[in-house]
Amino acid sequence: MTTTLINTSAHSAGYTDKLLLPHWAEIVKIIPEIEGVTTFQLKFTDPEVENRYRFEPGQFNMLYVPGYGEAAISMSSDLETANGLLVHTIRHIGNVTRGTSRLKVGDVVGIRGPFGTSWPLDAIEGLDVVIACGGIGLPPLRGAIYRIIRNRDKYGKVTLLYGARTPKDLIYPTEYETWQKAGIDMQVTVDRGDETWTGRVGVVPMWFYHFRVDPHKTAVLTCGPEIMMRFVIYEALARRIPSDHIYISLERNMKCGQGACGHCQQGPYFICKDGPVFPFSALENIFNVEEY
Amino acid sequence: MTLTPKTNPKPKVAVYKFSSCDGCQLSILNLEDELLDLASAVDIAYFLEATRTVKPGPYDVGIVEGSVTTPHEAERIKEVRAECKFLVSLGTCATAGGIQALRNFARADEYARAVYAHPEFLQYLETSTPISAHIPVDLEIWGCPVNKGTVVEVLAALLQNRRPNFPPSPVCLECKRRGVVCVVVALGIPCLGPAVHGGCGALCPANGRGCYGCFGPSSAGNFSALIASMMPHDRYPNETANLLRSFSSHAPAFRAAADAALKAASGREAK
Amino acid sequence: MTDKSLTIGSTVALPKPELDLLMADLRKNGFQTVGPHLQDESIVYTKIDGLKDLPRGILSEQNPASYRMIQTGKDRYFDFIPGGQSWKQFLFPPRHTLFTAVKDGKWLLKENDEPTPRYALIGVRACELAAIHIQDRVFLREDFSDPIYRLRREGLFILAVNCLDPDATCFCVSMGTGPRLAAGFDLCVTELDEVFLVEVGSELGRSLLADRTYDLPSAFVQNTANQALERAAESMVRTMDTSDLPGLLTGQLEAERWTEVGKRCLSCANCTLVCPTCFCWDATDQVDILGKSTRRERVWDSCFNPHYSYVVGGNTRPNIRSRYRQWLTHKLGAWKGQFDVLGCVGCGRCITWCPAGIDLTEEVAAIRAEVKA
Repeated sequence: MTTTLINTSAHSAGYTDKLLLPHWAEIVKIIPEIEGVTTFQLKFTDPEVENRYRFEPGQFNMLYVPGYGEAAISMSSDLETANGLLVHTIRHIGNVTRGTSRLKVGDVVGIRGPFGTSWPLDAIEGLDVVIACGGIGLPPLRGAIYRIIRNRDKYGKVTLLYGARTPKDLIYPTEYETWQKAGIDMQVTVDRGDETWTGRVGVVPMWFYHFRVDPHKTAVLTCGPEIMMRFVIYEALARRIPSDHIYISLERNMKCGQGACGHCQQGPYFICKDGPVFPFSALENIFNVEEY
Repeated sequence: MTLTPKTNPKPKVAVYKFSSCDGCQLSILNLEDELLDLASAVDIAYFLEATRTVKPGPYDVGIVEGSVTTPHEAERIKEVRAECKFLVSLGTCATAGGIQALRNFARADEYARAVYAHPEFLQYLETSTPISAHIPVDLEIWGCPVNKGTVVEVLAALLQNRRPNFPPSPVCLECKRRGVVCVVVALGIPCLGPAVHGGCGALCPANGRGCYGCFGPSSAGNFSALIASMMPHDRYPNETANLLRSFSSHAPAFRAAADAALKAASGREAK
Repeated sequence: MTDKSLTIGSTVALPKPELDLLMADLRKNGFQTVGPHLQDESIVYTKIDGLKDLPRGILSEQNPASYRMIQTGKDRYFDFIPGGQSWKQFLFPPRHTLFTAVKDGKWLLKENDEPTPRYALIGVRACELAAIHIQDRVFLREDFSDPIYRLRREGLFILAVNCLDPDATCFCVSMGTGPRLAAGFDLCVTELDEVFLVEVGSELGRSLLADRTYDLPSAFVQNTANQALERAAESMVRTMDTSDLPGLLTGQLEAERWTEVGKRCLSCANCTLVCPTCFCWDATDQVDILGKSTRRERVWDSCFNPHYSYVVGGNTRPNIRSRYRQWLTHKLGAWKGQFDVLGCVGCGRCITWCPAGIDLTEEVAAIRAEVKA
């Protein structure tokens, strides 16, 4: 296979030569987002590590809660906005992430990272951008949104198509207005509205279907439940957006983040180091193979 | 399950005995290194095997050893459920009926007549059944007896509000991590290990014998492949079927596999 | 004979008892000598102190799901074909404590500071050396280098042994890895009835051998060894057609055969754990009851393990069919793209030690046949 993968050069040494040895980071702020989802702002306890640490939106850290283990968690901000902090929006659903739900300001967690590829924000300059995400798929894209807003003139029309189950499940609702004002066409949809909801109702791919896009100059960034991404890709390809302009972030079981433990191996890739962000052109032969 | 430490600094734990040999309760008492820590972390409120002092319920955690074999036990287990917030069944009697569930394949009254001079005084059920056949159980710890490390891990996990660390890997993984030579391949001994939940640390294969499944069927076990692989090694008729019908005989996956093995054997005989 | 003529590439005839002294020298130099030993009706790799611990006069007979020892009574030490263990247990230990975290107000990390053992591997076959070279590519990459593996690998001494009597499950000739050793060893032994023929492969090997008493090998002895080696290659019965294996397998992800083998496969993980190249691992925490101290440990894992591919919401490979397909398409397919080599050396362990007797050479042949049909 001769597909070009994303090359993220930001792999700066936040991790050590010591296998799986994390760096401690202290929780400086906890922001409850929605039921079961919390944002943590973290600061490395070792200033030397903090200075060295660089990342790109789309990359992830392995977050260690002593006694519970590690979980791969995406960056939920970008370097400039986070201002030296690590920002992780976490859904408390697995063993480790449930462990984080009881942490308090001042507690420490272990951090290894950053790992993986990032959203190709340089490569898609000059293009219209459709960001199609669902549920907890927005946090991994927030850093990209910040970056696009900061360099808004470098991109064409930018649309954020974000869906959640109900209005109560929408993450970062207070930021939508800011994003809209900053030149992002905000298209927010829910599967089921409530009495206060006046916006769109329906799933993300369905609304994608209604969009007009110029296939020759559009890039799609998608993150969310795999079934949602499947249909977003289907709609994008049906619109003749080239598969190397469709970018997707995958989630797999990961233990190391360095393509060493084997867990996230799929087809020719280790999702943790060759991904998590892939151009769909790199996945065409494997994405629709059941249980591969 | 949350053992909220703020409102109840030491969660109350009760340990009950049903039909069993007490071996699993002894595994708790054998936690010599951890017992002091355990006592400082929880309030052992009811544990007749250890102390006659009984503190009244309700209890935060109930640990039940043994299976249900009498009408009295069938009633009592409901009371136990009512007074425990979180209920753990401990050991293979409690999780699969235990060795006494062999009666489920025979007639209990024939056993009673063979063993007792006056079986008419006995009150018993026709079957030995796991705790979960009678009441909802929150967590099952398998093993005959249980691995004491697993007991610590479950209690620690409950105290720390996390998922206990016992992955559903088969016994084979524990054999290989220990460097134990496979008894099936090297010795031709039938072994249920490939389809049995690990946790014992490969105790039997490490001592040159096949696994008889006291840690119960692995959720991912391929039982038709298991009997097809093991029956050719049977050293006496129906050895594989008998392994399946031993300590965890009442576990549904083992019951079905044993039936299939016996059917396959009789089919072969008929030919 | 003096040591002046001894150079890398030299071959000498070493009286068998001299190997004892050579192993003692290795230990004096700080090595742990580990090698084959008869235990539990099989060959295991463990600490050995000399010739007395080697399986003298033992032959093995391997078939799918069967390994049997045969006593020959001969004064030979390396006639057997290796058992279920492989050298990876020394370079990639099945369990290894990564660190301990202790809560004393704040969490503190305590690294595992056990000294790295320095191993001398005694009796490494060609396929096994090839497997070490494959794991080198996995563990010692430009973008990632596993420190546990690296430190053990750097200090390694390899005494290799040429295979003269391949077993029924061996297919190293097909994989191009054996039975004859070419390079990558410190010393290489070809065992004859009376004597070890030893080839020097490194400076360390040369200096150890230089201290021993040996002879120049006679033409007859060398001839005997060469003939035995040729016979070994010719006698190998099992084969695997390796032509475009990656293309074949990754192009056949929906083959019927996967469903069929999924019915026979126990998903017990034995194939992956005996495989000398499989490298998957897991990391787990062992916490004390008060939650004040936790030990994080790396352990061998397997893609056949039911929770291996677990993500929130389910398992990405819930069926045995997909796990077997994952293993074989990785080992004989995607591995090539990732590490520029196939992940199989033809040692046959996964055939012998599969309790269900599944034979990957048969599975590959069946998939090939499906394509042709």
